[in-house]
Amino acid sequence: MKRNVNIKSMKYEDFNDNEYIEAMLKELRDNGTNVIVGCLDDVIEWGRSNSLWPLTFATSCCGIEFMAIGAARYDFARFGFEVARSSPRQADFIMVAGTITHKMAPVLKRLYDQMADPKYVVATGGCAISGGPFKKSYHVVDGVDKIIPVDVYIPGCPPRPEAMLYGLMQLQRKVKAQRFLGGLNKGISEKEYERRMREDTNKTEDYNEYDESGLA
Amino acid sequence: MENRTDIKERIAAIEPSAVWSDAGDGMFKVPVTSFRGLAERLRNEEGFDFLRSLTGMDWGEEGLGCVYHLENTATGENVVLAVADPDRENAGMPSVHDLWKGADFNEREAYDFFGIKFVGHPDLRRLFLRDDWKGHPLRKDYDESLNPLNMENEDTSDEAPSYELTRDGSYILRRHPLFEDQEYVINIGPQHPATHGVLRFRVSLEGETIKKIDVHSGYIHRGIEKLCESLTYPQTLGLTDRLDYLGAMQNRHALCACIEKAMGLEVSDRIKCIRTIMDELQRIDSHLLFIACLCQDMGALTVFFFGFRDREKVLDILEETTGGRLIQTYNTIGGVQADIHPDFVRKVKEFIKYMRPKLNEYHEIFTGNVIARQRLIGTGVLSREDAISFGATGGTGRASGWACDVRKRHPYAMYDKVDFKEIVLGNGDCFDRYMVRVLEIEQSLNIIEQLIDSIPEGEWQMKVKPVIKLPEGSWYTAVEGSRGEFGVYIESRGDKSPYRMKFRSTGLPLVSCIDAISREAKIADLIAIGGTLDYVVPDIDR
Repeated sequence: MKRNVNIKSMKYEDFNDNEYIEAMLKELRDNGTNVIVGCLDDVIEWGRSNSLWPLTFATSCCGIEFMAIGAARYDFARFGFEVARSSPRQADFIMVAGTITHKMAPVLKRLYDQMADPKYVVATGGCAISGGPFKKSYHVVDGVDKIIPVDVYIPGCPPRPEAMLYGLMQLQRKVKAQRFLGGLNKGISEKEYERRMREDTNKTEDYNEYDESGLA
Repeated sequence: MENRTDIKERIAAIEPSAVWSDAGDGMFKVPVTSFRGLAERLRNEEGFDFLRSLTGMDWGEEGLGCVYHLENTATGENVVLAVADPDRENAGMPSVHDLWKGADFNEREAYDFFGIKFVGHPDLRRLFLRDDWKGHPLRKDYDESLNPLNMENEDTSDEAPSYELTRDGSYILRRHPLFEDQEYVINIGPQHPATHGVLRFRVSLEGETIKKIDVHSGYIHRGIEKLCESLTYPQTLGLTDRLDYLGAMQNRHALCACIEKAMGLEVSDRIKCIRTIMDELQRIDSHLLFIACLCQDMGALTVFFFGFRDREKVLDILEETTGGRLIQTYNTIGGVQADIHPDFVRKVKEFIKYMRPKLNEYHEIFTGNVIARQRLIGTGVLSREDAISFGATGGTGRASGWACDVRKRHPYAMYDKVDFKEIVLGNGDCFDRYMVRVLEIEQSLNIIEQLIDSIPEGEWQMKVKPVIKLPEGSWYTAVEGSRGEFGVYIESRGDKSPYRMKFRSTGLPLVSCIDAISREAKIADLIAIGGTLDYVVPDIDR
C-alpha cells in the first residue's frame, strides 16, 4: 500500500530534499506491508507526526529563537509542537538548541537516555551541528551527532524561526515515512538498531549500580 | 578619573613598593607580599568598595597573577592593581573575598583557568570546568590533548578545599564539608525550565526554607577568552554577540570601544549616535524578554505572549538595518557594518508611539496583580552594601538603591548629550528589580526619541588599516549592558591578536549573590529571585 508524507500546508515539491524521504519510502515498500497493519500504521503516524512534543532544552542563543517560535507570531502550535515538556519522560523529541560543552555532554546523553522511544533529535544551529564558531575551543563538543543520533539538522546561527519550522516539518515527514507496528522506526535496519542499542548498554559496565536516584 | 594623580600619590604613600606603569590605561604593579595590606587599606580607608573586574593573567616568565579594577562608588575614583607571583608551579596569592564579596566567584574562576591558589579562600573549587579536568586551560602552556571528551557522569564533590600558607612557603590543603550530614539537599538543573539556561543549583532545605545554595556553572563554558587569543582583533568581534545574546549590540559596542580607545581612534558623531540608538533598542528588547520570561516562570502566560509580541517589533527594526534578529554582528572597529536603513527613522518613531501605551498593559495585567505582588514584594532582598560588594550592577543594583549606571558614571557614545533619568529604587526586593526594568523601557524610549530626529550626517565607518595592531599596554572599557556593567579588558603585546582578553560578565556577580539573598526564603521564591536577577547563563560561563 502507498504511504504518503504530505504536510498539509506545504507542497511536496516545495521541500528541498526529498531524496532521503524517497529512500525511506522505498525501503518501506520493498519490505511490504499487510493492508490492515499498513492502514493502522498510517493513522498512527498521522497522529504521531501532528503531536510531536519537544523537550524544553536550550543552552544558548538558539533557545531564544525556540521561545520565539512558541510565541504568537510564529506559533508552532499550528503544527502540534506546542506542548513543550520539561521532563524528558514525556517528550517525543529533543531540540538541541545551543552549544554542547564537555561538561554538558554527559548530561545531554543522560537526558536522551531518559526519553522514551520513539524519540528524535533535532540539532539546531551551527554549534549543535559542528561546534560552530567555537569549534576550536577546548571545551566544546564539535557536533552533537558524536554523542547522540541526530534526525534533522537546522543550520543557522541562530536559525531563523522559519528555518526551525521547516526543520520541524522535515521531522514530521520523517515520522510519517516510518513504521510503527511490526518494525522499527529509526530509519535504520532492525539488526543495526539492535546492535547499536546493545553496544550502548555494554558501554556502561556498572549497569546494575547505575544511580537512578536522579531520574524523574 | 579626575583625581588620578591624587590617588597615585596616595597609593605611593601607602605602599612605596608599588610601581606605576604607564602603558595603556596605566596600572600599579604591586608585589605579592604587600598586596593584601594595600587591598585592606584601599577597601577600608580609601573607600574603594566596588571590585569592577578581577582578571586572571598568565604573564609568562613574570609568572601568574591577577589584575584588579577597583572603584570608589562615592567619589568615582578608579584604580588598577596588578599582582604577579613568579612561581608558576605553585602560584599563590592572598584572597580578598572578605573585602569584596564579588571576589569569591572571580577567584574561583582564576583558580580554574590559571591554577592560582588563593590563600584563605574558603571554597576554592573549580567554577566552570569539571572537577576531574586536568590542567588549567587559559595558561599559555596548556596542552589541549590532556582533556578529551569524557562521557562519564561527573561526580559532585561535597568538599570545599581551601589552602593555607605555612612559614616556609608551602601550602596546606584543608577540606571542609559543604553540607552537613543531616541536611536535605535537592538538585535543581542543569536541565530545568526556570534556571534560564543550563545552570545548576544544589539547594539545602529545611522544610520549605532555603538554608544554602551551592551554584554550579560551566555547563555552557565555551572558552571564548582563550579563543580570542588566537584570533585577530576584527575576528574577536564575532564572539561577543554570543556571550549575552540579549545584549549583543552593547557587548560588541564595548569591545569596539575598547579597541578604538587603544588605537586612539575617535569615531564620528553619526556612529556614536547610531550605536546609542541600537544599544537602547537592544535594551528594550532584553527588558521585554525579561518581563515575558519572569511572568511565564510565575505562571502568567499571557504576559509572555505580550512580551514577545512587542519584542518582535524591535527585532523587525533591527533586522532591517543589520540583517540579524538575535545576533546582529553590527558594530565594527571604527564604525558600523552598514548605514541605517532608509525606513529606520520612520519605523523607530512608529515603534515609540506604539510602545508607550503598551507599557500600561503590563502594569494592568501583571504589576497590579495580587498574586504577583505577594510573591515579589519583600522577597529576595539585596541590600545596597551587598550589591556594591558583590558588584551586582544593572537593574539589580539600581533596585537596591545603588546608582551604578555606566551611562551616568562613565558616559560614553552620546549618553552625556541626552537627558534621561537613572531609575534608582530602594527596597532591593524582587518587585523593585522588576519595576526598574519596566521603568527603564520608558527611559530608553526617551533617549531614542531625543536622538532619532537629529542623527548627524557623516561617515558610518571610519578609515582603519586592514591589519589592526594595538600598541603594548592594557585597556578596560565598560558599557551599560542590558543587565549591568559589561566590561572588556584587553592586554596587548603589540600583536594583531590580543595577549589576553577578558570580558567582565554581567551575570557572574548576579548569580554569586543568589546564595546570600535566598537564604531563609521559600523554595518557590527561588524562581522569582532567579527570574528577577535576570542573568543569562552563556554570559556567566563565557
